[in-house]
Amino acid sequence: MRGASPLTENRGFLAGMFSSRSFVLGFGLTAIFVAAALVSFFWTPYDATALSVVDKLKGPSLAHWFGTDHFGRDIFSMIMVGARTSIAVAVVAVGIGIVAGVPLGLAAASRQGSLMDEVIMRANDLVFAFPALLIAILITAVFGPGAVNAIIAIGIFNIPVFARLARGAALTLWTREYIFAARVAGKGAVRISAEHILPNITNLLIVQGTIQFSLGILADAALSYVGLGAQPPIPSWGRMLADAQTMIALAPHMALFPGAAIVLTVLGLNLMGDGLRDIFDPKLRRSRS
Amino acid sequence: MTLLQIDHLNLSILGLPILSDVRFDVNRGEVVGVIGESGSGKSMTALSIMQLLPYGTKVTGSIRLDGEDLLGKTEREMCSVRGADVGMVFQEPMTALNPVRSIGDQVAETVMVHKGANRAEALAIARETLNRVGLPEDRFPLSRYPHELSGGQRQRVVIAMAIALRPKLLIADEPTTALDVTTQAQILALLKKLVDEDGMGLVLITHDLAVVADIADRIVIMKSGEVVEAGAAVALFRSMQHPYSKALIAATSHQPVRKPPQVALDSVPVLEVSSVVREYSLARKSLFAKPGAFRAVNGVSFTIHKGENVGLVGESGCGKSTLTRAILALEPTQSGEIRVGGEPVTSKAGASLAARRKMQVVFQDPYGSFNPRHKVRRLISEPFHLMGRDAPDGAALDRRVAEALENVGLQARDADKYIHEFSGGQRQRVAIARALITHPSLIILDEAVSALDVSIRAQILDLLADLSDRLDLSYLFISHDLSVVRAITDRVMVMKAGQIVEAGETEAVFSNPQHDYTRQLIAATPDLEAALRRREIAATR
Amino acid sequence: MPLFADPCARLIAGADGNMTASDLLNRLFMAVLTLLGVAVIVFCLLRIVPGDPIAMMISPSATPADIAALRAHYGLDLGLPQQFGIWFMDVLKGNFGTSISQRRDVMELIGERLPATLELVLVATILSLALGIPLGVLCALKPEGIAARLVQAVSLIGISTPTFVTGIVLILTFAVTLGLLPSFGRGETVQIGPWSTGLLTASGLKALILYQLTLIMRLVRSELIDVLSSDYIRFARARGLSARHIHFTLALRNALMPVITVTGLQIGSLIAFAIVTETVFQWPGMGLLFIQAVSFSDVPVMAAYLLFVGLLFVLINTAVDLLYALVDPRLRGRS
Repeated sequence: MRGASPLTENRGFLAGMFSSRSFVLGFGLTAIFVAAALVSFFWTPYDATALSVVDKLKGPSLAHWFGTDHFGRDIFSMIMVGARTSIAVAVVAVGIGIVAGVPLGLAAASRQGSLMDEVIMRANDLVFAFPALLIAILITAVFGPGAVNAIIAIGIFNIPVFARLARGAALTLWTREYIFAARVAGKGAVRISAEHILPNITNLLIVQGTIQFSLGILADAALSYVGLGAQPPIPSWGRMLADAQTMIALAPHMALFPGAAIVLTVLGLNLMGDGLRDIFDPKLRRSRS
Repeated sequence: MTLLQIDHLNLSILGLPILSDVRFDVNRGEVVGVIGESGSGKSMTALSIMQLLPYGTKVTGSIRLDGEDLLGKTEREMCSVRGADVGMVFQEPMTALNPVRSIGDQVAETVMVHKGANRAEALAIARETLNRVGLPEDRFPLSRYPHELSGGQRQRVVIAMAIALRPKLLIADEPTTALDVTTQAQILALLKKLVDEDGMGLVLITHDLAVVADIADRIVIMKSGEVVEAGAAVALFRSMQHPYSKALIAATSHQPVRKPPQVALDSVPVLEVSSVVREYSLARKSLFAKPGAFRAVNGVSFTIHKGENVGLVGESGCGKSTLTRAILALEPTQSGEIRVGGEPVTSKAGASLAARRKMQVVFQDPYGSFNPRHKVRRLISEPFHLMGRDAPDGAALDRRVAEALENVGLQARDADKYIHEFSGGQRQRVAIARALITHPSLIILDEAVSALDVSIRAQILDLLADLSDRLDLSYLFISHDLSVVRAITDRVMVMKAGQIVEAGETEAVFSNPQHDYTRQLIAATPDLEAALRRREIAATR
Repeated sequence: MPLFADPCARLIAGADGNMTASDLLNRLFMAVLTLLGVAVIVFCLLRIVPGDPIAMMISPSATPADIAALRAHYGLDLGLPQQFGIWFMDVLKGNFGTSISQRRDVMELIGERLPATLELVLVATILSLALGIPLGVLCALKPEGIAARLVQAVSLIGISTPTFVTGIVLILTFAVTLGLLPSFGRGETVQIGPWSTGLLTASGLKALILYQLTLIMRLVRSELIDVLSSDYIRFARARGLSARHIHFTLALRNALMPVITVTGLQIGSLIAFAIVTETVFQWPGMGLLFIQAVSFSDVPVMAAYLLFVGLLFVLINTAVDLLYALVDPRLRGRS
């Protein structure tokens, strides 16, 4: 469509959603883990926190589908509950990023060059001056480990990501003639940002949101690996991996399942993100094969 | 032997037929104008000659250059043909040039790759070629970068790159469409000169009949992938056979019928602009110098009375867009006053509502003027925001929307469609409907027909003339295209470098221009009738 | 523009698109300001670290007077702004104090560990560039080929796998199952001239590389695809320039610019991620030092590490921006 740039201004994706193989595959993979997380509220094969010395370090069997860990806890149940933690952390963190970052970015774009714009950009730069993981580790180290602080830590980093994205996309849209038309109709910057700009950047936000979601899961796994995420007895994939590492020679299955869980969830999200990009910008699709 | 022979050319992309049985010839030293509106297949024909077709294209037929069939060549063989035997020039000079390399390097590159020349030889040829295209050494050293040149100068560089190896044939696809009128005339003259000097064949592709009327020896008219008519230029223009060609000529010189204007000089003027100045501050050159200022609008004054339409012409950079935005209250002015219907205009947010309610605007790009996510009803009724609580709603709103749509020749039920369901011409109608809906007394048309095909343009001009006669409406018609302005305005103003250099009744200014610049503009504007007459007279001598 | 190249849209030019001396100064000024900001934030955060370091150092029989003396010795009894001032002055002199947990001069500690981390990061970066760029080019130019599809599938898995997972898989495969590579530490060090390194034998490197490699590969591929569909490439073909000339001399050069930026930023990220990687392999670098410091609330070490990383990041960002200005004549100002 002439005049529309890829990802902004394209019309909704519900129609073409299932036309992308990547998207379907990714959606399926992610859905498995989301389902596991939801089901875990009602049922897990065993209590994920129940210790049982008798059963420790057993390999996968009919009784324990994924085996048990060094404390005798059922790994399958731990994976399900761990899914809950990881996904919750990632979702809320991305939510924080969008809810706080997008309005900031839109505001900055609506008054480009003004003091507000400069302040927002410099604040962004300041946060970007530190690697994301470092900020997360710092906050959890300083304020104490745990899921809530992990959410805040990862969420804080998402804010400038979305602010910058929203600002960049909004800046290109502000030069469009229909924005001039809206200004001629007397509409102010806030109204225009809400009515015209925001709806046309949602596709971009969805794609980036999916990617940030996957990064959030990775970050949460890394944090719990070094002991700063959700604390015991709440199971988390990262810590399961850390524990497994010490037992690696004796019980390789302990590392296999949480590792696979992390990789598959993130892979599913990446596939979804790629698929969404294909759907929104078919020009890329031909060259992506 | 004929230089280029295209025969029975058929082309389809992924099963969709694009070209059917295209045939025409080009001889050495001859200029062939290929004319067609968008979708006619003229660009595809050019790309077929160069074998630069997109993925999934199937081609049959023959394209012979000096007897050799180009369609049968491998990619490698075509690489040695392109640039050396056939050159091509595209429409957009800025994106055709590599921004990070100097112009000398870019021209030399072609030479080095084709002739295997070393850098020094290639640069020497580059220098010579740049001189030939009108970029002399003293002002345009080889080390210049593209962003330091104007649009016309960049197009000259592009032409230099295409002809550096003196190819037998040059294809120019809309080479002047993105350029100003005066620059266009210069580039066309340059192309003609190169053809004469080198005995090159030139295929000039354009949608503008008037452009080829002056320099083409033969013309080919295309529609929907077919050649509908072809022949010697002057003879063909005088005796078109095919209904499409006749319609095309009629549309090019179309003048809408208008009632004689009844100007009400004593009532409050629709628009009054007094000594308006709009200045931008430039970036500081060094930390301690004061920032400089650039005056885009430098003391402009004029008035539009009820009942008259006024045109504003000028080339890019003259300040007309800035002036437009100032009138529309989108930009602040540093001094001077603007009044619409007697009410003052300021650019403060939310201010001058009384003035803003009396004016509306129609923009140039039918594809960028609308939010693609909204339905037509919502798009058209956006200006009602100016009326705040007085805005109609419910049934009253529907009635106003229907009225606006019917006024522009569309239907009331089109209000429920999305904008992407409409063609370019129809979109401009929707844009006009949006401008009409608040019953303004002034509509500013900013290059409103420049992006439209010639036949659609004629229809829209008819619509505009009809509206201005029926409704109580005045236009400020801004354009770089003098022929369009001539068709629809009563008075015209010529703008250059931020100032109005000439103003007066349209016919008077056009037939008897006073200012040098106006004369330049009029001389540069392609005029079909005048060109034909000139050539007929020259032929009889 | 690919989404993850967004951070590289940082041009420092002025309003009219040209860089002038004042823009340059402006940029350097911003860098200094950012560093100061970083210092302030680091200081504030560390003063809030719960876990009184003093409490960890004293014996149960210490009197309040002893505690007060210890406090004074570490300067913990003054007002906050003064503490900041003193601390900052010390930092500028290169004095980061003494590690509370290891009782050694912090600078010395960092000096010891820094080479290991830098080694890891730099070699990983160089190797991933050396492999990633050609692979990315391959995938862009022959998207239908088997090699390309394979590489793309692997790359998708590559960026979905965090380094510690890769690391554990490597440990599992090589060390435990096959008994080949050392699972921990730097391995046996090998002398290459004056540089003794364990890199040739260590798994940590391979873990880091996989993620980095796939990131670069995907970036190169999408940038190249973008560039190849641009107008001036079309014009280049129209002038008969061969495919090879176009791809390597023209397109690649333009596609590599964002790659430079992203790689620069990634170096900083790698250093941070080294925290995790070094923990997996017990690689004796700064990251491991930091994690150990965190568990002991060892404020001086934490502060020093954060400042170093902040400094490094700001330097890299500034360098990348300046590099852009050098390469792109539009930013160089009127000649």
